[in-house]
Amino acid sequence: MKILALDSSGLVASVALMQDDVLVGEYTTNYKKTHSQTLLPMLDELGRMVELDLHTVDVIAVAAGPGSFTGLRIGAATAKGLGLALKAPIAPVPTVDALAWNFYGSDRLVCPLMDARRSQVYTGIYTFRREEEAYRQVTLQPQCALLVEQLVEKLNELGREVIFLGDGVPVYREALRRQLEVPFSFAPACCSRQRAALVAGLGAVMAREGKLVEADRFAPEYLRMSQAERERMGADEAEKEAMRAGIAPSCRGE
Amino acid sequence: MNTKEEMRDITILAIESSCDETAAAVVRNGREVLSSVIYSQIDLHTLYGGVVPEIASRKHIEKINQVVEKALSDARLSLEEVTAVAVTCGPGLVGALLVGVSAAKAIAFAEKKPLVGVHHIEGHICANYIENKDLEPPFLCLVVSGGHSHLVMVKDYGEYEILGRTRDDAAGEAFDKVARAIGLGYPGGPKIDRVSDLGNPEAIAFPRAKIVDNVYDFSFSGLKSAVLNYLNGCRMKGIEINQADVAASFQKAVVDVLVEHSMEAVRRHGVKQFAVAGGVASNSHLRAALEEACKRQGVRFYRPSPVYCTDNAAMIGVAGYYEFVKGVRHGWDLNAVPNLRLGDKI
Repeated sequence: MKILALDSSGLVASVALMQDDVLVGEYTTNYKKTHSQTLLPMLDELGRMVELDLHTVDVIAVAAGPGSFTGLRIGAATAKGLGLALKAPIAPVPTVDALAWNFYGSDRLVCPLMDARRSQVYTGIYTFRREEEAYRQVTLQPQCALLVEQLVEKLNELGREVIFLGDGVPVYREALRRQLEVPFSFAPACCSRQRAALVAGLGAVMAREGKLVEADRFAPEYLRMSQAERERMGADEAEKEAMRAGIAPSCRGE
Repeated sequence: MNTKEEMRDITILAIESSCDETAAAVVRNGREVLSSVIYSQIDLHTLYGGVVPEIASRKHIEKINQVVEKALSDARLSLEEVTAVAVTCGPGLVGALLVGVSAAKAIAFAEKKPLVGVHHIEGHICANYIENKDLEPPFLCLVVSGGHSHLVMVKDYGEYEILGRTRDDAAGEAFDKVARAIGLGYPGGPKIDRVSDLGNPEAIAFPRAKIVDNVYDFSFSGLKSAVLNYLNGCRMKGIEINQADVAASFQKAVVDVLVEHSMEAVRRHGVKQFAVAGGVASNSHLRAALEEACKRQGVRFYRPSPVYCTDNAAMIGVAGYYEFVKGVRHGWDLNAVPNLRLGDKI
């Protein structure tokens, strides 16, 4: 199975090609250019380097959210356009799940943080459990938008060592240091951001589990309403929504 | 290039997502629309009294593949049979534009088709070619929509000189704002058009702005303020507001200015052909007034059917065709440019 993977959910732009258990190529940049200028030229370059015939691609895996609304849509529209032309299905990989795969196999808690503005992070809490000759990702807190204080509370309750990664780390490092009561560490540069290889890896899992969607039905998972929708709900409702943030539908614990 | 190749049809798949319509079309040889699919989000935005960019962008993502697939199937063509892919890359709402641009690039990339980025206003102008097979440049074109008010000299295909533009609000924007103020709601253009039929256009004397240093430029914010002041004045004096009279008088003021500036340019530049384009070009009073003025001047008048006045992808396919035959091609780094000006290099 040949999986083409894209991630433009945050500041990183990344493309990868995985065939069965082999990562054939990956191209990742974290530079100021917009994803609209980087993502497809990078795929073009990667494809030429590894002599990819696009029509042999079986699945397009994409970081499906949360993340920057615009970044998610550039990735989603690219994936959908490719899916339309190649008649390939899409593996909508949860962004935070893929980020956590940076620490595949870890028995510590893995906690990706993406800066979600408004004092919130897109986050989740994961660990890995060995099953025969591989590890399975165990989700203790599915990806959601949380206030950092809410996240800290959950981590303190869990009482286990935790590794943080993601572009939210530089923003909330001090707050975490102040409030955490468990041992913690921050990931080094080589494994602290989005990578399309991780999206490809989880995409393969989703393909095996039959969780692919048709390209025309795919849309990102924003985890947040637009501001206009929030305002239309009214101040009261918006406040309630904020209160519910920790237990919002997309954030139910297991 | 051999003769056989020269005779081959050029078929453009076009995508448009600059505001609140998700649209795709297939156009053959620049003039023949094989299909045109438009998904309008207007009902969604009516709830908010105007287009909400984030909501528009989200809807585009949901609909983009469906409109493209329908455009191809309506045209009875497969993607492989398309010559090139054209897409609106500006001006417009950046998040909305990016959906069309990203999808168009991916489709062209996967199918190894040339990519042509198109200016949205150029698309509006080119909408006139669809039903007027005899129309060729040079001609003068008034482009009026929710986001634009331009008086453009079309010197040749893809060659434009902007004679005048709005200094503040676009004509369509003024329609929306006044419609809201008199309780008609969104979208203002068609509603004011309809209500005006029942009103007296001479009932209230609203101002017609003149721009000193460019006779072709427009300004509609003063007119809008005059309407708002009039409404306030009425309310303070307890005078009942006649919605139809306000609508008709406001609309007359807009139409007068658009017609006057257009005809001034017609006279000074000695043009023989005049066209109107853009969403506001579907306003029945404006169409009638322009047609009448052109007749008086002895100038041929062109206008697209209303369905090609509002945003659509067929017009992008036409503009894309003329850019394509000129040799314009864009790279995979083509970006959305929200403030793209007509004539700017894409």
